[in-house]
Amino acid sequence: MLKQITVISGKGGTGKTTLTAAFASLATNALIADCDVDAADLHLILHPKSTSKLDFYGMEVASININKCSACGICRERCRFGAISKDLFIDEHACEGCGVCALICPEDAIIMKEHKAGEIYRSITRFGPLAHARLGIGEEAGGKLVSMVRKNASEMAAMYEINLIVIDGPPGTGCSVIASISGVDLVFIVTEPSVSGIHDLERVLEITTHFEIRTVVCINKYNVNEEKTSLIEEYCKSKGVEVVGKLPLSEIPTKAMLESKTVIEYDDGVFSGTIRDMWHKIITCDTSKKSDTNF
Amino acid sequence: MRIAIASGKGGTGKTTVSLNLALSLEDAQLLDCDVEEPNCNLFLNHELEKVRDVGIQVPAISNDKCNLCKKCVDICRFNAFVKLPKSIMLFPKLCHGCGACSLVCPQGAIYEEIRKIGIIERSSSQTCGTELYQGLLNIGEPMASPIIRALKEHIDDTRTVIIDSPPGTACPVISAITGVDCCVLVTEPTPFGLHDLSLAVELVKEMKIPHGVIINRHDIGNDSVERYCLENNIPVLMKIPYEIKIAELYSEGIPFVLKMPHWKERFVDMFRQLQVLGGC
Ligand code: SF4
Ligand code: SF4
Ligand code: SF4
Ligand code: SF4
Repeated sequence: MLKQITVISGKGGTGKTTLTAAFASLATNALIADCDVDAADLHLILHPKSTSKLDFYGMEVASININKCSACGICRERCRFGAISKDLFIDEHACEGCGVCALICPEDAIIMKEHKAGEIYRSITRFGPLAHARLGIGEEAGGKLVSMVRKNASEMAAMYEINLIVIDGPPGTGCSVIASISGVDLVFIVTEPSVSGIHDLERVLEITTHFEIRTVVCINKYNVNEEKTSLIEEYCKSKGVEVVGKLPLSEIPTKAMLESKTVIEYDDGVFSGTIRDMWHKIITCDTSKKSDTNF
Repeated sequence: MRIAIASGKGGTGKTTVSLNLALSLEDAQLLDCDVEEPNCNLFLNHELEKVRDVGIQVPAISNDKCNLCKKCVDICRFNAFVKLPKSIMLFPKLCHGCGACSLVCPQGAIYEEIRKIGIIERSSSQTCGTELYQGLLNIGEPMASPIIRALKEHIDDTRTVIIDSPPGTACPVISAITGVDCCVLVTEPTPFGLHDLSLAVELVKEMKIPHGVIINRHDIGNDSVERYCLENNIPVLMKIPYEIKIAELYSEGIPFVLKMPHWKERFVDMFRQLQVLGGC
């Protein structure tokens, strides 16, 4: 049966992508999906070769035909997103593509145009297949692109007869995060012992609890603040969430990154050993028993 | 003067820079526009008071007027309506509040209500130098931009306004940095840092916002970010070293200028550079 694991963090910069890349090199038969589409960085370590590319279209955007326009200004008044300027110029970043302006223009001067927002790729890396995407600057990723990358990933998994998908999820708690965890078997949260790390962990746990997805936590850079680390451990315990591992502050992730390697490829010591142990725990843990967290 | 602090990706030290800059100046107004994860006040511990709710206009249907013609369902480009056998149902979280449906309804069956999606808060005491405004998007709400736009209505241009922008290069960032005099991009000297910085630079260039870079933890990686800045004529405004003291203070929720006062001068110096950069 196909199993899916999503790695998320709430707050950015906790080491989520580093860990996803490490898992990629530990998994024997897995597919990786980079759903951190806003700031996709996995490719910098995995160096994928694309086998196929698909354009991703976002919402359409409005466009004024100046030959037909009588400059009445009604479109500008009715646009609720402030996308039409005084001189009737449409700001494509601000336009949400609702179509109201085209609907009310008395001269029929506005058409809605297709708008390419990014590209979706299927690729091969040294660790197996990768589903990923690149988003244009200033484009809204939202849940739609994340869902498309995941759909691609499932199709590829079927094609390559792979039964495990590891998803690098987006930061935050918004709709793209929800799209990246819906229906998965396990959520792996990477956090750090700081006031903001704890705060964001609480917000993310609320979401995984709401969706009843089994969740485990890893505390990165735990020795920067051991007191806060104990607080996180206690908090997780009270919520019935297992802390599967703690990683110390280390130069290894940065050094590995500078050589475009995963930490597993770079390091053979205790640091990567801890990641190996975590990986073993999460692929063997029983996900049939959904979250037993108690909010 | 309005200064935005941004970064292509979270976790580079954007909030740290915003806070330390704000606390180094006498009169700063700090706007936390990272409305999904507003973290500034975890460091300031100001007592906050609610300023107002933020809502968007969403439709509601009077079932006694509606004849199920389905025009609203067809016009909505966000698929926020579905037609059921005896009624039209709205999925509020998909609705962007554009107003197209009420425009087309031939029966006048659609009226609009306000649906709350978050709140705006500010420091309740005006005595301490820095005034904080923050927006908080309710969990699971998809649209951050309305909160950010509402937050920016509270900008006080008699002060130095510092905007802690959300991470990334998507719509909420654009809402946050629109109309600022200059933008500080915070990054790290690593391959991830360089890649995310180059995306952020593309965005500020397209929006024609003067910008400079802060390299955080500048001694951990390599010099590729500095070379990139040099090649692209982007000023490096400040370099913050990796110091265990800074990391510890951060984890405790203490902005480091409060315990390492010599950094205040460096932030004030940087502020002068920003005034030149922004032409203020
Ligand atoms: S509503 Fe139509 S005619 Fe009027 S200003 Fe807009 S585009 Fe021009
Ligand atoms: S399509 Fe909607 S958002 Fe875009 S310009 Fe027209 S009214 Fe404004
Ligand atoms: S207001 Fe716009 S987005 Fe909302 S339901 Fe109506 S047409 Fe759809
Ligand atoms: S357009 Fe008006 S009358 Fe027609 S289905 Fe919608 S609400 Fe009912």
